[in-house]
This record gives sequence, C-alpha cells and structure tokens, in this order.
Amino acid sequence: MSTLDTTLETHSDEHHGPARGLGRWLFTTNHKDIGSMYLWFSLLMFLVGGSMALMIRAELFQPGLQLVEPGFFNQMTTMHGLIMVFGAVMPAFVGLANWMVPMMIGAPDMALPRMNNWSFWILPFAFAMLISTLFMAGGAPNFGWTFYAPLSTTYAPPSVTYFIFAIHMMGISSIMGAINIIATILNMRAPGMTMMKLPLFCWTWLITAFLLIAVMPVLAGVVTMMLMDIHFGTSFFDAGGGGDPVLFQHVFWFFGHPEVYIMILPAFGIISQIIPAFARKRLFGYASMVYATASIAILSFLVWAHHMFTVGIPLAGELFFMYATMLIAVPTGVKVFNWVATMFRGSMSFETPMLFALAFVVLFTIGGFSGLMLAIAPVDFQYHDTYFVVAHFHYVLVPGAVFAIMAGVYYWLPKWTGHMLDERMGRLHFWLSFIGVNITFFPMHFIGLAGMPRRIPDYALQFADFNMVASVGAFLFGLSQLIFVWNVIACVRGGRKAEARAWEGAEGLEWEVPSPAPYHTFAEPPKLPKSLR
Amino acid sequence: MSPQAANRRLVRRLVVGCVLMFGFGFAMVPLYDVFCEVTGLNGKITNTGPVAASEADTSRQIRVRLIAVHNEEMPWQFGPQQNLILTHPGEMKQTAFMATNPTGRRMVAQAIPSVAPAEAARYLHKVNCFCFEQQVLQSGESVEMPLLFVVDKNLPEHIRSLTLSYTLFDISPEVSSTEQVEKEQSL
Repeated sequence: MSTLDTTLETHSDEHHGPARGLGRWLFTTNHKDIGSMYLWFSLLMFLVGGSMALMIRAELFQPGLQLVEPGFFNQMTTMHGLIMVFGAVMPAFVGLANWMVPMMIGAPDMALPRMNNWSFWILPFAFAMLISTLFMAGGAPNFGWTFYAPLSTTYAPPSVTYFIFAIHMMGISSIMGAINIIATILNMRAPGMTMMKLPLFCWTWLITAFLLIAVMPVLAGVVTMMLMDIHFGTSFFDAGGGGDPVLFQHVFWFFGHPEVYIMILPAFGIISQIIPAFARKRLFGYASMVYATASIAILSFLVWAHHMFTVGIPLAGELFFMYATMLIAVPTGVKVFNWVATMFRGSMSFETPMLFALAFVVLFTIGGFSGLMLAIAPVDFQYHDTYFVVAHFHYVLVPGAVFAIMAGVYYWLPKWTGHMLDERMGRLHFWLSFIGVNITFFPMHFIGLAGMPRRIPDYALQFADFNMVASVGAFLFGLSQLIFVWNVIACVRGGRKAEARAWEGAEGLEWEVPSPAPYHTFAEPPKLPKSLR
Repeated sequence: MSPQAANRRLVRRLVVGCVLMFGFGFAMVPLYDVFCEVTGLNGKITNTGPVAASEADTSRQIRVRLIAVHNEEMPWQFGPQQNLILTHPGEMKQTAFMATNPTGRRMVAQAIPSVAPAEAARYLHKVNCFCFEQQVLQSGESVEMPLLFVVDKNLPEHIRSLTLSYTLFDISPEVSSTEQVEKEQSL
C-alpha cells in the first residue's frame, strides 16, 4: 500500500513547482496535472470518435452504399460507441473530478495520488490497443458497442480478444479512479465541510463512484465470460453447450443501465454548480437534489431489462421493468424543476457556460421524455432498435453529457488557465453546436418512428430526406467542435486576466484560490467562506 | 485515526466490494438458470424423468408441433418424423427425430429443446428424450432418436397448441478437446 503514503510526500515538496519535461507528465501525482491529462485525452478521443460518427453520417447521406463497405460501417458504429462512452465521456468526468473535487472540498490533492497517476496512464494503452484492431486482419470489433453474444463470441472477428483486454484495462482504470474519488471526498474534506455542505458536483461524483465500483466489475465479469467462451471452451453464452445468449444481455445491461447514469450524474452536478452562479441565487432544493441523485442511482439497478423488452420476458417482468423505469422520471423531474426554480427570479446573465447549461436542461429533458416513451413496454416493440432509440440516447448523451462537460470546461477554464475565454468565440461555438445537434438528432425521432432500423448502412428510399438533413447537421456539429478546440487552446495561451472569482456569482472554495490555481492548493485546510458556513 | 489509516481502511473495503461484484457477475449465471427453472422462462425448463401414468383427458385436444432447427454450422440432416401430433392431456405419445451425418468425419451433436409459448414449458414432460444425451454419428451414419412425452393435465385452458423445437448443435470440437485434456491428465 505504498500508494497511500504519498500524501505526505506531496506535502513536503509543496514549495516546488512542477518538474520539467516529459517526466512531469509521466510521473506526476498532482491532481491538476492528472486532471489536465484526462481532459486532453478525452478531447482527443472525442475527436477520434467524432470522425467515426462523421464517416457513418457520410455513408448515410444518401440511400445505397457509396463510401464504405457494410463490414467497415459496422466497425465504425461499434468503435464510435465504445470510444465515446469509455474514451470521451467517462475520462472527461474523471478529469473534471480530478481538477475540481480537491479544490472544492479544500483538500491538498486526491487521497491516493500515485494510484491516480496509474489510473490515467492505463487509458492511453487501453485505447491504443482498441484502436489498433482497426488495422488487424478481420477488422475491428463489428458487433455494436453492446457486444451481444453470440455476435461477439461465435461470430466475432479475431480482434475481439484485444477488445476484451482493452475493456478490462478501462474497467481497472475507472475502478481506481472511483476508489480515489470516494476516498478523497469521504476522508479529506476541510474542517467544517459536512456532507450536506458538499458542492453538488462532489455529491453526484461520490454517488457515481459507488455506481462505478458496483458495475465495472460486472462488465469485467461479462467480458471474462466471453473470453472463456471464445478461447477456453466454456459455454456461458453458447446454447449448444447449455448456455444462453439471453444471459449475456442480462449481465451486460445489469452493468449497462447504471453505466448510463454514470455518464449523466456528474453532468447533473456540473449543471447544479453553473446555474446558481449565473442566476446569482443559491441552488433551489439542495437536499432534494442529493436525495434525487441517490434515488436515481438506486433505481438504476432495478430497470436493466427495459433494454430487452423484445427478448421474451414474461408479462409480469415487462410490467415491473416498465413501471420501475417510469419511476426514475420522478427524481429526474425533481432535478429539472429545481434547476428551473433556481433560475426563477434570479438575475441571470448568459455567458457561454450558462448557455450550455440552459441547453442541457432543455435538450436533456427532451431526451428524458423520449426515454419515457421507450419505457412503455408495448410500444417499445415498435421502437426497439430503430433510430428512435438512437435519437433518444444521443439527446441524453450529446446535448446532455457532452454539453455539460463543455459547460464545465468553459466555467472552470479561467480557474485552470488564469485567462478569461473569448466570449464571442464561445457563443459562436455554442450556437453552432446547439443548431447542429438538433438538426442531427431531431429528424432521427421521425425516421425511427417510421421504422428505420439502427446500425444498417443502407435504408429504404422514404427515409432519404431526413437522413440527408441529419448528415448535414452532423457535419455542422462536428466541425464546430474545432472552434471548441480553438477556444481552449486560445484560452490556455492568453486572454484577459481572470480574477480569483472569475464569474461574478460563482460560489465555492475553488473560487477562493487565485486564478490560475497554483500548482499546490490548500496545503493548509482552508477556513470555509461565509457562503458555505 | 490518521488520514493514511482511514484511507487504507476505506480502500480495503472498496476493493472487497469490487471483488464481490466481480463474483456477483459470475453468480448471475447459476441464478439465471434457477430463475428460468422456477418460472419456466425461455421455455428452458427441463421437466424430464418418469411421469406417473394417468388417465388421458379426452375432452381436450392439444396440437403439439415439432420443429427441428439447425445451428447454421451444423451440416447434419435433422428433422421430426411427424410435424404435428394431436394428443390429449395426460396421454403418453412417442415420436422420433431422424438425424443423418452426411460429412466424412465422426461428429458429436447435442440437441437443445425449447418450448413455446414459454408458459407451457412446465406442462410438457419429456419422459425420454434424445436431448438428454450427446449423440455420436460416424460418417454417413443415420439414427432415429426417440422422444416420449406427456402433456400435463394442468395445462391452462387457453393453451390449445404448443411448439417443441430442437436446435441441433455441433459440439464435436469441444468434446474432442475435453477428451484430449482428460487423456493428457490420465497420462
């Protein structure tokens, strides 16, 4: 347990700045360095996964097959999903947690700094391994990001073994990150910061970390079973040997449903930080926000079979999972109403982070409503595996999770870099993204209801117009992310000096330290500001 | 308690939690089988072994449809002797499936039964079934595989027909590799 002893060491060298050269990044145990590396890595993966999405949309621009082989199209849908889920969204949240959690709770660093370094440095290797499968004989995984058996066992390309080990490594990285965040939040809060005074971003991350610890091992278990089926002659998912492919779906979605909350709860936390700052009001209903987040997390373990309504679940099961799923709308509604109530009669201003946060509230709610439609078991038989599902989960993940990450990045960039961002460019990025994302995903609701199946490179002629619209929107959205990259780089390199409290209404310990945040903060536990006392 | 000790204790608990959840993933396999067995889900219920002879309930007629499915990598010719059997609840019926191995090598097959609707699975008793055993066929050999079944008298009123399907799987590679392992172990 030598990793545990390093908190003392970081104390002892607090007067030194960062080391020089590449070694700084390889061996760093500083939560700010590691947070930055997570965020840059996530941005890179976002661009890689995004390019794959654009390849998919380019192929779907017109009916018929024009650009890519159907097999390659399947590899693109699979890799796009895997990279965006495990490479872009999750590491971005871990990066934000690394940067902000210690600063929000007044801790000098994460609780386990060496493990922190390790959990980041696993990721580049895991994704190098995953992406390398694109260049292998037989191609990359082509069975969809949900890798249902037997597509991913009996009929999988040989590269599936690389995929399995990549998933194992990502899982280990996430688990270590989660352990670190739990230990930091539970053990390293500044004196006087009780649990019910924690900033909501820390609360949502704490709950997310427990979800990660509960379900990432199940994911590791299911890929291990696949590995054994493929290489060691077991029959977990092979009916010929007494196994059952439907079992795969149960185990996968037992992981998969909490996973979707892992990707949205920290987003709720970010939005709950930003809206009060720009409405210049305290968050409405703090305690109910905490309880709502916890209820969503608990319910997420009881609803997994709503992904599998069509596999032949008995009626009682369909009803149970349908009602349990609908129940989740209650705590989620509590959150949305609290955000709206926070803004009610606030003195709002609309800087870039707030614009993204507002778009989050509106568009995530649309995604939530289409989720409620999908939760209705009898109609799910029509919606299942159509573009309606694609529209639903992209609405909760892109203008949901991704917009929240961007809102968080824009909100905290002044703290990280010491420079305010160029508001004009920020707003340009926002409006192009907002328009692009809706042009891309809104038409998918209609083609889905009309019956276009997902994951197919060709489609019937009646879907042509909406697909063309969606493809145009996708390129608009994709290319406007280059403005985001530009904004971030420009803000790192220069700009108007940011004050310690970069935004007028921002509250919390992170705004008490100078901007840019010094390499070591809170070596001495801080006295809580008045707003937190 | 020092912060290091507190962290260590917390980390130990969280790691134990992870290991338990990894185990739970695997525990879902037997749990799932038990669950399916109890509820008759997936038509997976086995319902095998002897059944006490009883009077047939001739007031009801049940149509039992027999279906043979090949796993797509299975080259055997495989099919039921009769596609449709009319029976009464409580009546013992015998039929058979025919299988031929047209390939040039010795193969081993295993049939996996499935009953539809799933609700009926627990009321179809298989007294004697080729699905209990692995079937070995030499090159070009044929075999008649018997099936003896009874439809339970307690079959719900609204079920008038049910389907019993068998999927035939080629398990020769698995068998030979386990045989090989056993041979190696005995050496």
